[in-house]
Amino acid sequence: MAQALTRAMRDAMAEDPTVHVMGEDVGTLGGVFRITDGLAKEFGEDRCTDTPLAEAGILGTAVGMAMYGLRPVVEMQFDAFAYPAFEQLISHVAKMRNRTRGAMPLPITIRVPYGGGIGGVEHHCDSSEAYYVATPGLTVVTPATVEDAYGLLRASIASDDPVVFLEPKRLYWSKADWSPEAPATVPGIGKALVRRTGTSATLITYGPSLPVCLEAAEAAREEGWDLEVVDLRSLVPFDEETVVESVRRTGRAVVVHEAGGFGGPGAEIAARVTERCFHHLEAPVLRVTGFDIPYPPPMLEKHHLPGVERILDAVARLQWEN
Amino acid sequence: MTVQELPGAGASHRSTPPPAWRPRTDAAPLLPDAEPYRVLGTEAADRLDPALMLRCYAELVRGRRYNAQATALTKQGRLAVYPSTVGQEACEIAAAMVLEEQDWLFPSYRDTLAAVARGLDPVQALTLLRGDWHTGYDPREHRIAPLSTPLATQLPHAVGLAHAARLRGDDVVALAMVGDGGTSEGDFHEALNFAAVWQAPVVFLVQNNGFAISVPLAKQTAAPTLAHKGVGYGIPGRLVDGNDIAAMHEVLAEAVRRARAGGGPTLIEAVTYRMEAHTNADDATRYRGDAEVEAWKAHDPIDLLERELTARGILDEAGITAARDEAEAMAASLRDGMNADPVVDPMDLFAHVYAEQTGRLREQAEMLRAELEAEDQA
Ligand SMILES: Cc1ncc(C[n+]2csc(CCOP(=O)(O)OP(=O)(O)O)c2C)c(N)n1
Repeated sequence: MAQALTRAMRDAMAEDPTVHVMGEDVGTLGGVFRITDGLAKEFGEDRCTDTPLAEAGILGTAVGMAMYGLRPVVEMQFDAFAYPAFEQLISHVAKMRNRTRGAMPLPITIRVPYGGGIGGVEHHCDSSEAYYVATPGLTVVTPATVEDAYGLLRASIASDDPVVFLEPKRLYWSKADWSPEAPATVPGIGKALVRRTGTSATLITYGPSLPVCLEAAEAAREEGWDLEVVDLRSLVPFDEETVVESVRRTGRAVVVHEAGGFGGPGAEIAARVTERCFHHLEAPVLRVTGFDIPYPPPMLEKHHLPGVERILDAVARLQWEN
Repeated sequence: MTVQELPGAGASHRSTPPPAWRPRTDAAPLLPDAEPYRVLGTEAADRLDPALMLRCYAELVRGRRYNAQATALTKQGRLAVYPSTVGQEACEIAAAMVLEEQDWLFPSYRDTLAAVARGLDPVQALTLLRGDWHTGYDPREHRIAPLSTPLATQLPHAVGLAHAARLRGDDVVALAMVGDGGTSEGDFHEALNFAAVWQAPVVFLVQNNGFAISVPLAKQTAAPTLAHKGVGYGIPGRLVDGNDIAAMHEVLAEAVRRARAGGGPTLIEAVTYRMEAHTNADDATRYRGDAEVEAWKAHDPIDLLERELTARGILDEAGITAARDEAEAMAASLRDGMNADPVVDPMDLFAHVYAEQTGRLREQAEMLRAELEAEDQA
C-alpha cells in the first residue's frame, strides 16, 4: 500500500504542477513511513517540502497556498500529532468554501496515518476518525486495499474540497497484485464496495478493520454463516445506499471499527441502518469497536482491537435461532 | 564558573569546543528601536509628501466617520456587533494604502476599516457583522482574505499565500494584521517561524491597542516590546507610533518594499490605543480609568496629522471641510446600504458546504424546503 500511495502522489504531481506535498520529514527522508519517498528528488524541494515542525503552521500555510491556487497535500506524521492543527482544520479548512459562498474552495488533502496494530507507543495509534466525520465541510476517506490507496488518493488530490485521507498504518505493508504500471481507475469518492457477498448478515467496516472482517467472514463459514462484507471507503460522504441495500438483503448487521464505540462512526451508521432498514431487520444492529479508552500500550493493544473472535461473537448474538 | 575552574577539568576539556550547527545571524539588526518611531511633530516631517499626506488625511477623516456610523448602526440593531477602530484609524488605513493591487490583505475581525480603505464596498465589508452571511465578498476578486475571528489563525494563511505566489514567480506581498492579544497564540509564532524559514514576502502588523478585551498588555506578555518577538525567529522587528500615519506609512511601505525585493518578512508593532470598548457587548470602565483614555485623546491620529499639515500650510479650513463632506457622503451611502434589509435565502445553508452536496445534506435541504413551503402556505 505504501508504494501505491507514493505512486498516487507522484502521478498527481507529474500531471498537475499545482500539487505540492508538505510536512515533517517528507523531503529527504521521504516521511517516517517513507510514503513520500523520492518525491523531493524528482520534483524538487519546492514541490515536496520539509516544513518546520508545527502542525498548525503546516496546515495554516497550506490554506494560504490553496487560496493562491495550489493543491497542497499535507502529511501529518501520526494521528495524534495532527491535533495541534485542529483549529486550522475546523475553523478554516472545513469552512472556507461555506464562509465565502463557494468563492474560495480549498483543495487540500490531509494525509493522516491512523490506527493501531503496529506496536506503537502512546500517541502513535489513535483512531481519530470520529473528530473528522463530525466536522461539516470535510470529506473523509480511508482505503483498505492497495488499489483503493492509489485510486482514492488520486481522487482526493483532484477534489476541490478538503479531504482528510486516513491511512491505516498497519496496512502500509500489505501487498497485492496491483501493479503500479497499470494503476487502477479512480473510484469516485463516496462509493462503498461489497468486498464479499453473503446472505446471513452484513459486516460494515472500513480501513484497518476490513482484513479482520474478511477473515471473520471466512471463519464464520464453519458455523454455517455466510457473511457479506461492505467496505465503506468513504466515511463522508457516506454511501448509505450500498449499505442499506446490503442490510435489507441480509436482515442483520454488525458495524466494525477500531475507534471507540461511544460517539464513533459506528453509532451513526447503526442509527442510519436502523432508520432505513427497520422492517428488514431480524435483530438490532450491533457494533464491534475498540474500547472507550485512551489507546492502550502496545502489550495490551490486542485486547483492545476488534478481532475475529469478537466479531464472531457479535454475529452469534444476532439471535440466529429466531 | 568557567570550564577551566571546574574541579578536575583538564586541558582536553578546554580544547574541544562543541560543533556548531550553523552560523548564527547577528541579532542586533533585528532589534526594534527603544522608542516607537515617529514622524509627525519631529524633524522627519520636513520630508513629508504633501499630496500623500492630504490623501492620508482624507482617509483618516473618512475612517473615523465610518467607525462612528458603524457603531451607530449597532445601536440601531442593524449590526450584530462592531469592533470599533476609533483611535486606530492610522494603522488600518496605512495598512491598506501601502499595498499594490495584486497584494493581499489578511485582516482580523477588527479590521473592517482596513478592508474598506482597500476599496471594498462598505456594506459588503459588514456582511459578517450584520449577520446575513460570513464573508460578503469574493476574497480573490479583492485580494482580501475573509475577516478572521479565531485570533492569529489568518497569519499562517498569509505566509502560505505569499510563499505560493513567490514559488509561482508572482510579485505579490501579503500583509497580515493581528492584535496584541493575538501575539500570544501559537499560530502567531508558527506563522512567524514559517515566514522566516521560507523568507516569504509577508508583513506582520501587530496593532498593540493596549488590551485584549479586558486584559492589559502587561498580563499578555513579559517581552520588552511585541516587536522584539521577531528576533527569535530571525525577523526584524519595528516599533512605530500607531497614531502617526506618516510613520505608519513609512514603516509599512518600507517593509512591503523589503518583502517585494525578496528581503523576507518584517514584524511591525504599532503602538496605539483602543478608544472605545472592545465591542458594544463590553464595559470598558471595568478594566480601565478615564485618565488613561483622556491621555490618549491628546494623541489622536487625526489631530496629529491635522496639526502638522495646517502648521505647514498644506491643509486649510477648506481642505478640512472638504474631507468632512466626503466622509459624510460615505456615511450617508453606508446608512442607505445598511437600511435596506438584506435578502437571505435559507436554502443557502446547504449550498456551499461541499462542491457536490452529500445525500445527507440533500435530505436535510428537502426537509427545510418543505418547512418553508408550509410556512408560506400558513
Ligand atoms: C482563538 C480565539 N480565542 C479567543 C477569542 C475571543 N476573543 C475575541 S477578541 C479577543 C481579544 C483580542 O485581543 P487583541 O488580539 O489584542 O485584539 P483587539 O481586540 O485588541 O483588536 C478575544 C479573546 C477568539 N476570537 N479567538
